[in-house]
Parts: sequence; structure tokens; C-alpha cells
Amino acid sequence: MPSEILMPALSPTMEEGKLAKWLVKEGDAVAPGDIIAEIETDKATMDVEAVDEGTITKLLVAEGSANIAVNTPIALIAGDDLAATPNAVLPDPEARQEPKAKPGPAVKQADEMPSEKPHPAIGLSSGDALGSINTDLSGVEVIETTMREALRDAMAQEMRRDADVFLMGEEVAQYQGAYKVSQGLLEEFGDRRVIDTPITEQGFAGIGVGAALAGLKPIVEFMTWNFAMQAIDQIINSAAKTRYMSGGQMHAPIVFRGPNGAASRVGAQHSQCYSAWYAHVPGLKVVAPSTPADAKGLLKSAIRDPNPVVFLENELLYGIAGPVPQVDEWLVPIGKARIARAGSDVTIVSFLRGMTYALEAADRLAEDGIASEVIDLRTLRPLDLETILTSVSKTNRLVVVEEAWPVCSVGSEICAQVSMQAFDDLDAPPRKVSGVDVPMPYAANLEKLALPSADDVVAAAKAVLYL
Amino acid sequence: MPTEKTSQTADAVAHVWSDPPDLSPDQDLAALREMLRIRRFEEKAGQLYGMGFIGGFCHLYIGQEAVVVGLQISAKAGDQVITTYRDHGHMLAAGMDPKGVMAELTGRAAGYSKGKGGSMHMFSAEKGFYGGHGIVGASVPVGAGLAFSNLYRGNDNVCFCYFGDGAANQGQVYETFNMAELWNLPIIFVIENNKYAMGTSIERSSATTNLSNRGASFAIPGQQVDGMDVRAVKAAGQSAVEAARAGKGPYILEMITYRYRGHSMSDPAKYRTKEEVKKVRDDHDPIAQVRKRLLVGGMSEDELKQIDRDIRSEINAAAEFAQNAPEPETNQLLTDVLAG
Repeated sequence: MPSEILMPALSPTMEEGKLAKWLVKEGDAVAPGDIIAEIETDKATMDVEAVDEGTITKLLVAEGSANIAVNTPIALIAGDDLAATPNAVLPDPEARQEPKAKPGPAVKQADEMPSEKPHPAIGLSSGDALGSINTDLSGVEVIETTMREALRDAMAQEMRRDADVFLMGEEVAQYQGAYKVSQGLLEEFGDRRVIDTPITEQGFAGIGVGAALAGLKPIVEFMTWNFAMQAIDQIINSAAKTRYMSGGQMHAPIVFRGPNGAASRVGAQHSQCYSAWYAHVPGLKVVAPSTPADAKGLLKSAIRDPNPVVFLENELLYGIAGPVPQVDEWLVPIGKARIARAGSDVTIVSFLRGMTYALEAADRLAEDGIASEVIDLRTLRPLDLETILTSVSKTNRLVVVEEAWPVCSVGSEICAQVSMQAFDDLDAPPRKVSGVDVPMPYAANLEKLALPSADDVVAAAKAVLYL
Repeated sequence: MPTEKTSQTADAVAHVWSDPPDLSPDQDLAALREMLRIRRFEEKAGQLYGMGFIGGFCHLYIGQEAVVVGLQISAKAGDQVITTYRDHGHMLAAGMDPKGVMAELTGRAAGYSKGKGGSMHMFSAEKGFYGGHGIVGASVPVGAGLAFSNLYRGNDNVCFCYFGDGAANQGQVYETFNMAELWNLPIIFVIENNKYAMGTSIERSSATTNLSNRGASFAIPGQQVDGMDVRAVKAAGQSAVEAARAGKGPYILEMITYRYRGHSMSDPAKYRTKEEVKKVRDDHDPIAQVRKRLLVGGMSEDELKQIDRDIRSEINAAAEFAQNAPEPETNQLLTDVLAG
């Protein structure tokens, strides 16, 4: 029995075309790959190839016919023996159909998925002793440690614990780190695991991703996140999307870390905050700690996390010291904000260096009798909205503080979410204190003006309190 | 204005004609089967695309089959394969099931990526196939990272890192060449030079067209290979792979090859003549070459036809499966974003 050759589509959007020319006639024998006809649309002309071997028994559509709908039978072919295929006889008019069921209306963010399980090694919630170390470290032995040392200690501990963990980046080994974060690691772990790279961010970020897909656990240090714009394609397209694109078969357990945001007088190309850029991307986790204890505990969690983690540090915080618990397994869970200061009058949410302004402002507001609740996000993705909403339900007022540019920022997202989810809790419109919407200037006075300050935070808090 | 350079297209394959050692009859037969599977698969994919079962972009490998089939002869368990978006042939050669590949093309739950990846983004952890990458050039450093993992673990596996003549002009390829040689990574850079980066011929896009020399600044050796002759591919691949396994670092194989179809299904290929395509097809077809040798070696036309029939029925079954398999459940929209 002869089977049908159908009018093919040249593109997913083509619905009909012209059968410009037959290159075979009835009775001709054809083999797979033989060109049998030319079809035209307003955009292009293309060859139609035979897929099966056989003899053309009938041409159903005359040469020159226009407006032939896709999937209309255009010829009949008789198989030589068993060449006729079930597919060639599929005259299914429904074949080119729209995707059937559109996903349900309740499209949730992936972050809301239940798959976000607590880290098995942590066993801590934000509410217990270790998860709320900010205000109460009682009962836990602590030691004053700088952010720089805390980050180094986290890497060293995880490298001792897991032979698959290694560090690569510019100047991380012999130079001991451009900001001395990797001090001593080369001496302890050798050049197989502490690897100096050439200045080729895109290349070594991609190599890190490949090593991670193969099951290793790289820590890729960027000298600053400003330089990682050269590598952002690898971070997003190769690392963040692979688990989804592979249907869950492969993932990249990799940490990208380095200083982010403004330092001091380094100008526009070295002073950008990338919080919103990475927080936007499904498949990434984004961490931005402000204290040495959180930096250590979160970096350890990040290294153990099976997902790509963007770890944002700040150069001006590297030298800041703070208490770090001296416990073997100091792990701070990713995805949990920390209440840095409890209060009932206004909620101030911040992260990374913004916390410096937020806490200073809280001190000054307290002098005026205003009790601020200061939340350190610590993780930007997944965002701990629950902690923010709980606080706002108590204070009814929200100020968000960040060094980043104001448009489409993490602060914007928080204001949007709180407005959408807790509109009735708010007694005033939320306020954002952000960096000024300009490339970072070099001049000392202008740079100061371009960044938020405690004054700005105090003013914003008073504004939402109508004071 | 740059002057138009003389076209070396189509005839360039003649420049690398060598006299490669013959394959054994068994190897020839195995190569024929593998190449035919890829070709029949791709023809069927083209047909399903035309029928609307496959959406988006669909880049067919027809004409280039000898490259991946000839190289895969030297692969062993634990080796990795990574390529760009013209990836169907690589997946089949790596041992992935045509049903799973075709079902991914039709966007069904039974596809290798559960229907979430599509033609350009498919993977198999089991077969060591690391994609399927849609960003031209980006898979090259990732491939070097796979090779790095072999070095780190101290095994003798190699990574087969395929990319095209178009990707060969990407900056990150040279970043990778530098680190691959610096760190002596066990990687074979396979440049599949099919003459056209989409619609731009290599002469119009590349200041130098001998891509096997592109590692010269980094002291990475390379050679041009007749990528239409599976014997030549196998011979070149074997020596490069042996060297890489022995710790001698990266190697560049520029496979001079040709795609018969357009860049993607929606490409009418007006940038080249039909005569050019026909000439390669008539004179250099990788499958016809092996077929001819097998006939000379005593196989009958009927035996060869039977092989073709068996393969077509396997591919037809895959196509049938891919058309009828269910789409992903809608709850799959949100899964597989994060691990753990």
C-alpha cells in the first residue's frame, strides 16, 4: 500500500506554502535523501527530500500550486519492500498543534518548591542557637576573626574534609590571593588543589563548570565580581541551567566567590554590585554575608551545596573582625535571613555592606527612641521572605538598604513582594535606600554621594514613621 | 573593504586526501551501521520537523557522520564527549538510545532531558555525554573542565571536545587552548570544519582558514583530517587519543567535513550552490565510501540493503515512540531547577 508524502513546514511558524516544482515524476524510483520537490514561502525556497526508498506512484498536488497547507498529502510513494514507514502515512491533521496543556495558572517560583530541603549536615533552623548567633553566642566558644580569615578557614576546612574541593582563580596560590583571602592554602594543599589561573575569566569559569559537571567541587575565585562579567555566560548558561536542561541528570556543585560592590575610589568599572544580576537567575543560589561568622558558615554550606552558588563578598568588609564560633561543623543554612537586631517600630532589611549603614542607623534611631528591627538577608536567592513578612507584620513599616543601583534591584523585589503579600500590614509605603543611579564616580566627594549612608537610612526610617 | 578570498570550499577536502590505513572489514561494517543510524535518524528528524512534531531549532548532522563515528572508535568507558548544538550524531555515537533522543526532539517526558532541553540541550550522565550546548564556543572551556577532572583524579580518560569552524573564532576557545596546554589537559579539540558558520563561509569569517594551526601560539599540535573518510578520522583520532591518555596533553584535529543540509531546518542555504553540495555528496559521501569498500570486499548489495532496512526500522520505531510518548506532566515545570 502506498504511503503519503506530506507538505513539510520550513519553520515552526509556517502554515502553508507553494509547491514550486516537482523534481520527480510518477513512476520514478527515489532513495532517502533524493530531492523530490521545491517548496516556497514568502521567505525562502527549500528542497523536499525523500525519506523512504520507493517509487512515486502519484503526484497529488500540481506543480505551481500555492497555499498548500502544511501536512497536506502531496504525493504517494510505494515502498520497495518494507520501506514504507508508519510516519510517512501519518496524515494527522492535528500533527501541527499548539502545545497542549499550558501549565496551570498558578505558576509558582521554583524557590517555593518543596525541593528546598534543609541541608542534612546542618540540622539548624534560623531560630536555634547557632542560627541566630548575631545577638546571642552564649554557650558557644567564639574567637575574634576577620572576614578574610573566616573565608580562608571555611575553604581550608572543606578542603580537608573533601578531596574533591579545590580552589582556582587569579593570584590565589603563590600570591596568596589578591586580597589575601587564600593565605596559606597553597602551602597546605599544594598546587594540585590551589591553582593560579591566567587572566581569562570566561575560560577558567567554564573549566570550573566542566570540572563540577564531572563531579568535582571547585571554588572559583574572581578577583572581583566586576571581572566576572566576562564569565557570566558560563555562570548562567553552563552552570545554572544545566540541571534543568538535563532533566535533573547533571548539576554543577561549584562556588563562584569574590568581592562585590564598591571598594574605595576604584571607579566605575571596579565598583558595581551584582546582587540583582545573579538573584534573578533560577538554578543559582546567591549568598551575601556581612559578618565573619556568617561568611564562614555560609561558605562551608555553599561548598557542600550541590548547586552553583554565587558568593558575594565585599573588599571593605575583609578586615572587619567579629566573633566566629569555634565548633567543628559551623554551618549557616543558605536561604535563612538573620535578625541582627530586634525591634518593633520599623523593619530595616539589608545585606552585605548595606548592613553597616543599617546597623549604624538603628543605633541612632534608638537614641530617638525608635526601635528598629534589622534583618540581614545573608542569602539573596532563595530569598527568606518569611522572615521579612513576619517582621513587617509586627512593625508595619519597611526600609530596604543596598549599595546596588536602584532599578530592578533586590530592594525593588522585596518592596514588590511585601506590597503584594502584606499590603494590609503596611502603615506607610516601603522605602528603598540604594546606590545612586550613575556609574561610580572617582572623586571622593562624589563617590560618597553615590553610596547610601546611615543618614539616608535614618531619614527613610523616619519617613515611613511619618516623623 | 576586505577583498573576496578565493573559495576553497568543497575542493578543500581534496587538500587533506591522504592514504589512511584500511579498517578491517568488521570495523568498516560497524562504521557503516553507526553512520547509517545517524543519517537515517537525521532524515527522520527532518521529516518529523516538517510535520510539526519537532519545534524550534533543529540542526542536522547529515554529511558529517564519519567524524564522530571515526573518533568514537578510540573512546573508552569514562571518556567524556561534549559538543555544541549540532549534537544528534554525537549522542547516537556515544551510545544513547535513539528513542530517548528522538523523544527529546519532540519534547516528550521520555526524552533524555524529560522534554526540557530540546535538540540543542541534551545530556547523558550514563554515557558520558555532557551536552548539547547552545552557546557557540561556551562548551569548549567546559570540555577542558571535564578533561581537568580526569587529570585531577589521575585516570587516563580523555575528553572529546567538538566544536565548529564558527566557534573556532570565539575568544574563550583561545583562553581554553592556553590553559589546556599550560596544564597539560587530556583533551582532543575536534574542530568540525563544515565550511559554513551558519551562512558565512569560512573564507568570509576567518583570517586564517587552516584551523588545525590555531593552537600554534600555545604549542598545541594539530592536523587537518579528511573528515569524510572514516578511515582517516579513525587513524588521526587514535594517535591523538593515545597521546592524550599517555599524558602528552591536548591535540587539535581539524576535520574537513561538510553538511548537506542547511544550518538549521529553516535555512534555505542560499549561500552555496546546489552543485557544490552535489559534488561533495557524489564524490566524498562518507557512507558511500564505506559501502563501496564493503561491496569490493565481497558483501552483496542485498546484505547492505538489509542492514539499511534494519536500521530504518529501528529509527522508525524511535520516531513512532517519540510521536506517541506523552508530554511532560505540567508539574515538571518546576522540578530539576535545584539539586538536593
